[in-house]
Amino acid sequence: MPLVFAGVCSHAPGITGRADQADPVVRDGFYAAFEQMRHDLETTKPDAVVIVAAEHFANFFMNNMPSFAIGMADFYDGPIEDPDWLAIDKFRAPGSRDISTRLIAEVMETADVSYCEEWKFDHGIAVPLHFLTPNFDLPVIPVNINCQGPPLTPLARAWNFGEALRRACDAVPERIAIVGTGGISHWPATPDSGKINEAWDRDFLDRWCRNDRDDLLDYTDESVYADAGQGGFEIRTFLTVAAAAQGAIGTVHFCEPIPIFAVSCTIATYDLAG
Amino acid sequence: MSLYYVQKFLYELNRSEQVQAAFRADATATVESFVSEGADLSEEEVAALVMPDIGKLFHLGCNGQILMHFAAFHQIEWQDYLQRMRDGIDEHGPVREGVYAMTGYEGTDAHSTALGQNSAVGQQNTNGDR
Repeated sequence: MPLVFAGVCSHAPGITGRADQADPVVRDGFYAAFEQMRHDLETTKPDAVVIVAAEHFANFFMNNMPSFAIGMADFYDGPIEDPDWLAIDKFRAPGSRDISTRLIAEVMETADVSYCEEWKFDHGIAVPLHFLTPNFDLPVIPVNINCQGPPLTPLARAWNFGEALRRACDAVPERIAIVGTGGISHWPATPDSGKINEAWDRDFLDRWCRNDRDDLLDYTDESVYADAGQGGFEIRTFLTVAAAAQGAIGTVHFCEPIPIFAVSCTIATYDLAG
Repeated sequence: MSLYYVQKFLYELNRSEQVQAAFRADATATVESFVSEGADLSEEEVAALVMPDIGKLFHLGCNGQILMHFAAFHQIEWQDYLQRMRDGIDEHGPVREGVYAMTGYEGTDAHSTALGQNSAVGQQNTNGDR
């Protein structure tokens, strides 16, 4: 069944954990956009949602760091962070070992990927789920791209991986949605936390909406680090969703800097029917 | 000195309630046990982990995505966590290695200057909010 939904959203832990410290007008606008994304996702009646994340040393460390990993379990626990710190209670999200197995087998035809029968969700997945599937009633297929521990997954390979994911999603009979999560420019958890390069973000999102492969791959890790911080490495998740959208045109529904959340909080989707 | 093992210890601590309980009961013994299992940690690194010295750990190169959970474990409030890292750079100098040393990390002011030279029009950085 062709992919039914493709979008991206922010996942910063401050979105839930430091909610009371944000400008309430901007914060509530962002939450409303998240709520609309949940509605739009539910309208497509997905059987499972693939969450393409950039996890932060919760499951993967430099002793064995995969460029790509896909979960293959019937459930996933989270958050791995202190629930009070993240302001998200402990949860068990449903997975689907069956769907995962078939997606992974298809992806492996054209891309190397690790599979994981165990995965503890950190804020990179927990925050999006908190807004998009608050009742934890939609099976989740977690995907990780190494955006944290250099050498990082090359951008071109993130793109190719997105194409492989799309082929896999289209090959199964279930209705599959895909959501990428990450920051754009940000310097998370460093002394520069709160610094946001808004101009860089808007330029990147323009490229993402046009879904121009060459423009989206026209970055180096060095230029991203200089202009967008180490958090900018997470654009890999956005690139993967762009590739999975196969040329579809995107719309940014919300993008505003919220410094206490450390990012330009973003909600955007592709028009797969267009 | 091994940034890898400093971060590995924090990774294990962040993931495991058993390690957290052991560390609360006896931080020194928990780190020393890690060393006895083969972790290559210097005295400086052991001391920074046991204290805990957030500023020194950042200076050594610890990734904030790992370090922020260690700070939360110690009930260090967010703004205090950020300030301790700034103080660490002021006291000990630029980040020695790791991802933040990629282009040299010499503190927020220097970094802002560098960012300004990289077409960062419209960047946001509100002192009260960061």
